[in-house]
Amino acid sequence: MEKTYKITSSVGLHARPSTVLVAGVTPFASDIQLEYKGKTVNLKSILGVMSLGVPTGEVVTIKAEGSDAEAAIAKVSELMISEGLGQEC
Amino acid sequence: MLEIKGIAVSNGIAIANAYCLVEPDLTFDKLTITDIEAEKLRFKEIVSKTKTELEAIREAAEKKFGHDKAEIFSAHLLVLQDPEMLNAIDIQISEGVNAEFALQETSSMFIELFESMDNEYMQERAADIRDVAKRLLANLLGIELPDYSRLSKDVIIVADDLTPSMTAQLDKTHVKGFVTNIGGRTSHSAILARTMEIPAVVGTKLATTDIPHGAKIIIDGTKGTVLLDATEEIVAEYLLAQEEQAAESAMFQQFVTAESISADGHHVELAGNIGKPEDVDNILANGGDGIGLFRTEFLYMDRQELPSEEEQFTAYKTVLEKMGQKPTVVRTLDIGGDKELPYLKLEPEMNPFLGHRAIRLCLEQQDIFRTQLRALLRASVYGNLKIMFPMIATLDEFRKAKALLEEEKEKLFSEGIEVSSDIEIGMMVEIPSAALIADLFAKEADFLSIGTNDLIQYTLAADRMNEKVSYLYQPFHPAILRLVKMAIDAGHANGKWVGMCGEMAGDEIAIPILLALGLDEFSMSASSILRARAHISDLSKVELMQHLDKILSLSTSMEVEQYMKKLLNTNN
Repeated sequence: MEKTYKITSSVGLHARPSTVLVAGVTPFASDIQLEYKGKTVNLKSILGVMSLGVPTGEVVTIKAEGSDAEAAIAKVSELMISEGLGQEC
Repeated sequence: MLEIKGIAVSNGIAIANAYCLVEPDLTFDKLTITDIEAEKLRFKEIVSKTKTELEAIREAAEKKFGHDKAEIFSAHLLVLQDPEMLNAIDIQISEGVNAEFALQETSSMFIELFESMDNEYMQERAADIRDVAKRLLANLLGIELPDYSRLSKDVIIVADDLTPSMTAQLDKTHVKGFVTNIGGRTSHSAILARTMEIPAVVGTKLATTDIPHGAKIIIDGTKGTVLLDATEEIVAEYLLAQEEQAAESAMFQQFVTAESISADGHHVELAGNIGKPEDVDNILANGGDGIGLFRTEFLYMDRQELPSEEEQFTAYKTVLEKMGQKPTVVRTLDIGGDKELPYLKLEPEMNPFLGHRAIRLCLEQQDIFRTQLRALLRASVYGNLKIMFPMIATLDEFRKAKALLEEEKEKLFSEGIEVSSDIEIGMMVEIPSAALIADLFAKEADFLSIGTNDLIQYTLAADRMNEKVSYLYQPFHPAILRLVKMAIDAGHANGKWVGMCGEMAGDEIAIPILLALGLDEFSMSASSILRARAHISDLSKVELMQHLDKILSLSTSMEVEQYMKKLLNTNN
């Protein structure tokens, strides 16, 4: 399953809050990918996420595949809001 | 016994084992591995060992410095367990190389990737990867990295230099002193030592080479010496001197509540310098009459973005409330020169000290300046606030800064927000041009505060970060004394008070000269206040004034120092 988010954090997806996102999804068994401008990285990889350097205002897609995919996406949505990273669109 | 000489920057004596902060040798050879699975397992075990280590460090940091400072280690833990990096290393090992080599190749690739990004934050993350890779490599090689965030006994730190990021991790409870190869009176390690009230000797050039890790050393922060392999007699001597100093500081305690008054009844104000709201406690504990310099740039440092108006308001309000009716002089943002804010992305300059810094920057980047002014104005109702602008070179700059402050005040009024009606607006006299036309400034400013560190640097054209010209840091150079006199006289001729907030204000030899010149406010490190108050209580302003013509007619810094030392000795 997948969901798209608009990044609203003023510093984009590369400041400290993104580490919270990565740490938050790491415990899930599913494969979770972050897609931005045709590039895909592992959302459990802080280096991968930060290397994309997603700026504010951009749209990203999160894809999860596996037994707990639904719960993983719910967690992503929760963290996006609580960390002020972005919102579903 | 070996005596190493350096620059005395923080008084006191310390006797403890040396703790050398030197980079360990982590070189290794590239090897061909036949048992690939065993090598992968070895690496996996090292990752898990490193994880345990980092978790312990994070926990210790959280306890000692709070959540914010511990965050960096959470980031390190994520990097350590990063699936992309671990996979890449695994793939390399599968090709038959040792884990050390695989780690170095992979981490270098990531470091390069992050360093090449046009973003300060990402470039800093490269440092995180480097830190984690270093820790992993050390563990693979079985070499212990110095971990100065967890010290188990008292030590004296011996290092080439101390950077703010190093001291942030330093376990300060067990640090009894500092010895560094480089630096001067105003370097980071010197200021930190005075804040911590521990002795320090800097600029020893070779301390890290001469002093073995763990060796028992004695440092004398008053004389600027470090002793290695001292005989028992010498150790006993120093222990005695240490006791005497403890007795002396106990004697100073009676001055905590005393007035700052000379032997002949002349009142002065002895204030303290601070960088953060929490420093106020130390000023009050040392009986400060006020705050003569609040270096607000510290609110802007060690972070990723500008502090918001609300954050600044809270910081200023805290300080003003703690100080009550005691005056608090806040200096507006003084960034540039040696103090950088990476997130502002300022262009590198050929001569940063002569460049786009302090008020020059604030007058151009007005959003930043206005936010600070609003926060200050809003906080003004909570205490006795005075505002001063740094690095003023021309009257025009002072007028512009003052006009912006007035504009913000008007805006607040129209929003119905209360602002104190008697905020004094002053300026720093730290550029020779400002001292030379102090008479013109004193007509428009409510007070003048002489910043000696920069005034000396600019008057003698000697970069204070450059050790080779540190001999030119001469507070008693006749040119400096004349400029100081000009500023004080100009202030008084216009009915304005004049303060000093550089290192000179707390100097034993400078104090009698400044007292004779009529300086109204002396602002210094918290640890110098009581000594200064005791000193002033022994001095007679009237008597000292009789020596003033003579002092001002001397031709070199050395002559002034010798004259004053003789004068102080005969008085005792």
